[in-house]
Amino acid sequence: MNAERGNPSELAARCVEKALGRGASAADAVVIEHDSHSATVRLREVESVELCRERRIGLRCFHGQASAIASTADLQEDSLDGFVNDIIGMARVLNPDPKAGLPRADELETAPPALVLADADKFEPDADSAIALARRCEEAALDADPRIHNSDGATFSESSNNIGYASSVGFQGEYHSTAYGLSVAPLAETDTGMQRDYWWDSSRRRRDLATPEEIGRVAAERTLRRLGARKIPTTRAPVIFEAPVAGSLAGHLASAICGGALYRGMSFLRERLGETIASPLLTITDDGRLTDGPASRPFDAEGLATRRSTIVAEGRLENFLLDTYAARKLDMVATGSASRSLSDAPGASPTNFHVAPGATSPAEMLAGMSRGLLVTGLSGMGVNPNTGDYSRGASGLWIEDGAIAFAVEEITIAGNLLDMYLAIDAVGDDLRPRSGIASPSLRIAEMTIAGS
Amino acid sequence: MNHKDADSAATLLTGHFGLDSRQLETTLAGALARRADFADLYFEIREVTHIGLEEGLVKRANASVSKGVGVRVLAGEKTGFAYSDEVSLDSLQLAAKSARTIADGTGEERRVRVGNRPDAPKHDLYPIPQSGITRPLPDRIALLEKIDRVARSFDSRITNVMANVAIEEKQVVVANSEGDLVADTQPLVRVNVTCIAEEKGVRETGSAGGGGRFSFGVFLDDEERALNFARDAARQAIVNLGACAAPAGEMTVVLGPGWPGVLLHEAVGHGLEGDFNRKKTSAFAGRMGDQVASELCTVVDDGTLAGRRGSLNMDDEGTPTGRTTLIEKGRLKGYLQDRLNARLMGVAPTGNGRRESFMHAPLPRMTNTFMLAGEDDPADILRSVDSGIYAVSFGGGQVDITNGKFVFSAREAYRIEGGKVGAPLKGATIIGNGPDALTRISRVGSDLALDEGIGVCGKDGQSVPVGVGLPTIRVDGLTIGGTGS
Repeated sequence: MNAERGNPSELAARCVEKALGRGASAADAVVIEHDSHSATVRLREVESVELCRERRIGLRCFHGQASAIASTADLQEDSLDGFVNDIIGMARVLNPDPKAGLPRADELETAPPALVLADADKFEPDADSAIALARRCEEAALDADPRIHNSDGATFSESSNNIGYASSVGFQGEYHSTAYGLSVAPLAETDTGMQRDYWWDSSRRRRDLATPEEIGRVAAERTLRRLGARKIPTTRAPVIFEAPVAGSLAGHLASAICGGALYRGMSFLRERLGETIASPLLTITDDGRLTDGPASRPFDAEGLATRRSTIVAEGRLENFLLDTYAARKLDMVATGSASRSLSDAPGASPTNFHVAPGATSPAEMLAGMSRGLLVTGLSGMGVNPNTGDYSRGASGLWIEDGAIAFAVEEITIAGNLLDMYLAIDAVGDDLRPRSGIASPSLRIAEMTIAGS
Repeated sequence: MNHKDADSAATLLTGHFGLDSRQLETTLAGALARRADFADLYFEIREVTHIGLEEGLVKRANASVSKGVGVRVLAGEKTGFAYSDEVSLDSLQLAAKSARTIADGTGEERRVRVGNRPDAPKHDLYPIPQSGITRPLPDRIALLEKIDRVARSFDSRITNVMANVAIEEKQVVVANSEGDLVADTQPLVRVNVTCIAEEKGVRETGSAGGGGRFSFGVFLDDEERALNFARDAARQAIVNLGACAAPAGEMTVVLGPGWPGVLLHEAVGHGLEGDFNRKKTSAFAGRMGDQVASELCTVVDDGTLAGRRGSLNMDDEGTPTGRTTLIEKGRLKGYLQDRLNARLMGVAPTGNGRRESFMHAPLPRMTNTFMLAGEDDPADILRSVDSGIYAVSFGGGQVDITNGKFVFSAREAYRIEGGKVGAPLKGATIIGNGPDALTRISRVGSDLALDEGIGVCGKDGQSVPVGVGLPTIRVDGLTIGGTGS
């Protein structure tokens, strides 16, 4: 739709040049071209079709040690001139920050690898085939069991992103990625009430998606097992986090080892580098170049090389994830972990942050539990980043003598994340690396469960 | 100046996009070229600026400028939607063609005339002063520096202060196949303060903030308003330093006035949105007229309160906002509706069709949701509790609308023993069941307050500003997710 769609990194470089020409002492720019398409089918009929296209730029300008940042989709030449002037104008009146600045030229990735992040097939969204996939997926869920009586629909989505980055220290690069997703949320009802759950898959390449029938079948199973859920009395018991929710425990750890939380002192892991912070069963890596990884990219949002870092090795905290600013604040070295939204300064965040699978199958994990909780759903925030205090709403299955006894809901689970990581006594073999942050099932020796 | 009538909407379109109303009519007629019921165009121009302070320095400034159009076609229960951040006749027509793919066959040729309907929105809830919404950067920087000083001087244990001011100005134009052509200018400002307190290696944070739909000049003319956020955030951080473990299990909970109204938002608000009830996916579906709360409870959603964060002159479909009684004396009375769900349920839209931006299709959403005041003295309510907790500030919440289970996280709470407020408690999640929780309300205070203007509601990946409010209430039995006894 845009009149000219040159390479995104060339547009980024042109804006950096413009910023320098108008008085910025340094600048960097990100350009995102995003195309997406989705179709939702509900109760076997098309419910919605969406088609979206956007192209935006985010520009950061430095005035000495002060910086300001802004984003726009108005890429007309004269609009860009005013846009650049406004940013520099903001930077001029801000306080200088001695640690602010772009990375040094010798820190940059000079030869970004050609990671395969996009489908080799041309990105040509087609409403009919999208609708057909969503329809098959929902049908599989609806037809799985007579108790499945309703649905929130199935959605197939496909998107393409072209990302370009340029900075005045001499970086210019870009990459193209695609993503495909299919999900469904069936509802089931009996005289005990109504429940809903969902299942999904996503991939870089369309052909790598799980079949719609498989996704629909799993969604139906997950919904049906919630039927008849009840509250249980308050107790302490072992808790298994099923893989799809165990990723959240890895996510809390990721938040606590990223630059912003660390230099602000808002992390319960801030002084724990090199220490044992988890059970020896726990190993976590962050790999920005993982093959087919949903969060893989050749360079970070400051032009540094992405890489594979061991975060936790058999329980020992080995590395933090740092952007350039946080690294300078902490007197450490940036780890190629910077990411940014278009109108925000870069900040470190995890890429493919995965808990290494263990040797125990989920079935064995369950069999080894005489009495406890298998958590299949979590809700609310309930994590204090300063202290690691943890308290979240939960639903799941109560286990007696190694077997599922009944479904539970309207309970909370609580503890402290450090205690919980140390108390991991089994790690599943069921890692599903379909999201950036992922974990196999994890069992925690004991937590407080609040109910009636 | 507020652009409300068709003339000013047309002026805005011409000025920003070089479009005239004939071109909108052509596009809308094209969108209806198949058998569709309705089509609309939503134009948006939004500028947001954030200025941030930390470690005593105002060192962050972020701005974003966005412009675009969303084109929607409705046919039966189907929605076709496309958006573009490039606004031209070509891109509009391309989007209209994409959006209409959901409709079948060939419709009859339709003529659309916009701007000829007299019933444009009548509210003027946030008049824009001559001087505009924003204020010079140095003035905002000076306010942030004062916030930093006030928070640090509150207590020597405050080790860091993070503060942020945000100013948003949004201009929207809605044109639809029923002939509406309406516009609105929507200001939204906010001040946030987070303090970190440290003592003996223990760190805690406290946060406070507020704002609404008014000029940022309001914060500069009355600095105490923002400085009180600084004091409150510092106070909360210090209180939390001394907090002990919250109990685990079911107990009596007294909720303070104002922001704890997030209980209503989660426990009943989402479950009463029209889409979930039309689709019968809500735990409240088919329960109209049922007793779902104690007789002490009347809950409303009101988008017409002047200057409030959740208020709007018109919703994002151009419908004037209103006041909808959701629960009256405990009985389920009303749902929140956008156009699509209202039409499919055979009722009138309630002015609750909202969208995050031109990139999203509208959904039924809350505006300002609150419980009307009761008759009890708040102090009496606290005295009536032998053992329980008193929660005065919350973080976010969440609800599963299908089984009705909701959570919200206490950020500042105290033990109540023998009718007296005692030791501060660590943050804990509180969980309950929507259709049941409000039936356990046994006392409602006379002290209704609305929150300070900090709420953000998420649904289907779309965030919109909202307000909540509550008088002091006593709930006889919610589950507290602490670790203590």
